Amino acid sequence: MDKIIFKKFIIKPKLFWLKFLFLGFFIFLGFLSSLYMEHEGHYITGMNNQIVWGMPHMFAVFLIIIASGVLNIASISSVFDKKLYKPLAPLSALLAIAFLIAGLIILVLDLGRPNRLIVAMTVYNFKSIFAWNIFLYSGFAVILAVYMWTMLDREVNKYSKYMGTFAFAWRIILTTGTGSIFGFLVAREAYATAILAPLFIIMSLLYGTAVYYLIIRIINRYLNFNISEEIISNLRNLTLYFLFANLYFLALYHVTNLYIAKHINFELFILTSGGIYTFIFWAGQVLIGLILPLVLIMSNKFKDTVALKYASILVLLGGFSAMHVIIIGGQAFPLNIFPDHIILDSAFYDNVVHSYTPSIYEFILGIGGIALALIIVLIGIANFKFLPTITPPSNINTQKD
Amino acid sequence: MKNNSLLTRRDFLVKSFTAFSAIYIIPDIIPHASASKPLDKEVDSSTRWAMNVDIDKCVEGCSACVDACVDENGLYGFDRPETDSQWIRKLTLKDIKTEKISTLPMMCQHCENPPCCDVCPTGASFRREDGIVMVNQHTCIGCRYCMMACPFKARSFVHENLTEQVTNAPRGKGCVESCNFCANRIDHGADTTACEEACMNEGHQAITFGDLSNPNSRVNKAIDNKPGRRLRADLALKQRVTYSGF
Repeated sequence: MDKIIFKKFIIKPKLFWLKFLFLGFFIFLGFLSSLYMEHEGHYITGMNNQIVWGMPHMFAVFLIIIASGVLNIASISSVFDKKLYKPLAPLSALLAIAFLIAGLIILVLDLGRPNRLIVAMTVYNFKSIFAWNIFLYSGFAVILAVYMWTMLDREVNKYSKYMGTFAFAWRIILTTGTGSIFGFLVAREAYATAILAPLFIIMSLLYGTAVYYLIIRIINRYLNFNISEEIISNLRNLTLYFLFANLYFLALYHVTNLYIAKHINFELFILTSGGIYTFIFWAGQVLIGLILPLVLIMSNKFKDTVALKYASILVLLGGFSAMHVIIIGGQAFPLNIFPDHIILDSAFYDNVVHSYTPSIYEFILGIGGIALALIIVLIGIANFKFLPTITPPSNINTQKD
Repeated sequence: MKNNSLLTRRDFLVKSFTAFSAIYIIPDIIPHASASKPLDKEVDSSTRWAMNVDIDKCVEGCSACVDACVDENGLYGFDRPETDSQWIRKLTLKDIKTEKISTLPMMCQHCENPPCCDVCPTGASFRREDGIVMVNQHTCIGCRYCMMACPFKARSFVHENLTEQVTNAPRGKGCVESCNFCANRIDHGADTTACEEACMNEGHQAITFGDLSNPNSRVNKAIDNKPGRRLRADLALKQRVTYSGF
């Protein structure tokens, strides 16, 4: 096997700064939005006392799930000892750290009191899964940093397998924690189920692989480091498995809800009568996010690169739809405070499906978060040797997709 | 010769001590004498505050409890009902089986196993030993996880800058808040909440508040007379607010 040589992302400085400024502009806008939300108060957003978590949470949870998922490539390389993926592993860890930081920043900037971050970092209620997640997230960032070091520094390279295994175990627990933020909410029919944890894990595997593939495609446009056909074919198979697993857990979640008598009304709301939520569930999460990618991946008519590219884009659109259905749809359905009664009148919207129209500020904050993730990746690959010059099996394929 | 216009040493000491007592000692004694709990005494579980609502006595169209809560805690809104704070609200319900229509106030149910406190990352949502569930306005980071967790939609997030705050109920933009059984009143010796007082003044007496540990408290008498029921008993949260007449 050829020795893997890593190199920096070398592009013309002018091009680098153009990209930097482009992404920086969105980060700046995102920061301004959060500042405005903080200054005026959250009434300027679409969130209210009924829909308390909105678009910032959709972006944040989506990015944190992706952060866990993009580590797939590194995990396959280190934990399962697949040498084929070794050249692509360090980038996978960098992406994980970038998406994690971006997701967390969005979450923090949407807090009612972001200036009290220090309180959240120093005062803990260990019965809260949120408090545990603060440890899981910050711990993950540290583990990823050490893991990257073991992968890139030859002197400590022998430890990369152990660090990779540690990071793999940690990210499974981390995504369990993210799913459990919802799973531990006893009062809402949409949540209150342990199955959300494995569902979130399998979503992370799918979305992470999609993001990873799309990003190496973009980098490859400049570098031409020739991703081997074997890797692309493997990624196509992986995506297929993850799509099936997603469908399985999603079906199980909804069938379980249908089976539980006190959850039926909520379930029928999402599946049949929920208006925008029903539409986004079927059209976005199921059709665009799972069925169409399955058709693309399974069909023999498309080349691996084409199938994977479009499937990945669709998977991410479906993933964002899934966030909408889970986070917003779950809150939109009114709480069942009086199971034996019909609420005729309420001064606090107890008897109606809650509506949510995201404001531009929330949307820009989310876009700013994505730009932050990408700028971290850009700075990382431009200053450190993350990118392989060749990928094994070497030089079999030099075809550019 | 003795000059009568001058103070003797004895007079000076007596008058000084009297003045000292009037200023420093007596005010300390008086509140202690009337308060059920001195302010410097820690809250303990010997007192168990609770509330019962007799829905047969609650009158449709009456909002005295809500108005009193607004005045007591300075909950003046911005005419934006979706984001304005509500610590207590009125609901009208129809029983599916009997078709009986009733009206009742909803507020924080002061659970003994409060989901809001379980999920709060910083412990800002907490339950006092005497059963009052409230939010520490200094450590709440405004994550709203407690609002996601509350089965009764009893909590509000302060969505904008506040101007007309009252001193006995400090509130803050970006923090979550909810009914605290008028903790400030209780800690100053009162044994009634603003909503109970208003309900009594209206002559309805639907709301009764008191100490469960005291067999003669109004709330115990009300429950003995007409047993109260907890909402969503299936969740086993052991709320301190019960409803009679369901």
